[in-house]
Amino acid sequence: MAGIKLHGNALSTAASRVLAALYEKEVEFELVPIDMIAGEHKKESFLALNPFGQVPAFEDGDLQLFESRAITQYIAREYASKGTPLIFPDSKKMAILSVWAEVEAHTFDPPASKLKDELAMKPFLGLATDFAVVEEFEAKLGKILDVYETRLGQSKYLGGDCFSLADLHHLPIIHYLMRTQAKKLFECRPNVSAWVADITARPAWKKVVAMRAY
Amino acid sequence: MALKLHGLAFSTCTARAATAIYEKGQQFELVPVNLTAGEHKQPGFLAKNPFGQIPVLEDGDLTLFESRAIATYVAEKYKDSGSDLIRHQNLKEAALVKVWSEVESQTFHPVISAIVYQFLIAPLFGQQTDQAVIDANLEKLKNILDVYESRLKSSKYLAGDFFSLADLNHCPYLFYFMRSPWTSVVNERPHVKAWWEDISSRPSFKKVAEGMTFGQK
Repeated sequence: MAGIKLHGNALSTAASRVLAALYEKEVEFELVPIDMIAGEHKKESFLALNPFGQVPAFEDGDLQLFESRAITQYIAREYASKGTPLIFPDSKKMAILSVWAEVEAHTFDPPASKLKDELAMKPFLGLATDFAVVEEFEAKLGKILDVYETRLGQSKYLGGDCFSLADLHHLPIIHYLMRTQAKKLFECRPNVSAWVADITARPAWKKVVAMRAY
Repeated sequence: MALKLHGLAFSTCTARAATAIYEKGQQFELVPVNLTAGEHKQPGFLAKNPFGQIPVLEDGDLTLFESRAIATYVAEKYKDSGSDLIRHQNLKEAALVKVWSEVESQTFHPVISAIVYQFLIAPLFGQQTDQAVIDANLEKLKNILDVYESRLKSSKYLAGDFFSLADLNHCPYLFYFMRSPWTSVVNERPHVKAWWEDISSRPSFKKVAEGMTFGQK
């Protein structure tokens, strides 16, 4: 087998999502660096792997994939017998996991990404943070985390009693936000705070963090 | 015990779940939710979906929300009946269905829903249509559909030469978009146009579309 190749870099939240899954499943892979500042992801050779020109792209032998949440699901199923189980064999439990994975994608990620852009990316790029936007989106994310607080009072992890993709998909953005003023939104909610501490302490996630310079 | 789908016939997300149920050859009881009366924000409904949105699916003691999770669950539960929406016997095909389902979810949806909201929903609530938002999103939609056009030249449907959940998930918002003044964005791209005509003429979606009367007098 030609093996797994992940095209991207550890600073990308989407690529980090896939890296976390690869480390959890303990599978060998090659990271092919993509220089986004040089616009490498918009060049023909990368567009052949992802016509939308976004990192990451993924290869496993002759299978080519993009979209980080599709890639993590493929890894979780193809390598089901290796490393940490990230999905559930029981269809009802899997359905609940899927509900909270959708919540991450549609409800949590948009305001959380907005905050990441204002509080982490703009300073990194030397641009001014718009604190009016920050205030608006901290309020939105706070309401969403109220729902998470209740959910995590009833269930150890978002998707069920065990760590799964529903939790893993949150890791890259949470990593950024916990290094900004937005961390208060997580710290002031005890169940959410405990959950964040738990999932960010996982050895697989720590390996991803170690790959980042920032 | 029957499937119960809490929602409304004209709601795009309810329609997504309903289409998946019909594609699997199943039936459901539609339990209307009175949005105008704020039923979806009352404790009884929040107990089913704490984010206060339709649809919700009840299957015995299992309660689910998020239309794409509902559609996936139905596709898996009834995998041996109706059309094969998820290619469960072929992991590579299944992975490609996931890729293009994520494209719908992450790339297509934010753009198409912004346009549909502006021209269809905002006027009904006395809000000014923001033409700048429409224009910006139409440009994005053209770029996205250029990628689809290229893909559909070499593949009959998005994930491969088979209809799947990746195509189905596009139906409800595209249906309302095709009532807008900007249908040329689809019609000027021959493979996208042919794909849309194909997937929207499937019996399951035609049945759901009968109820998609939002904004019509």
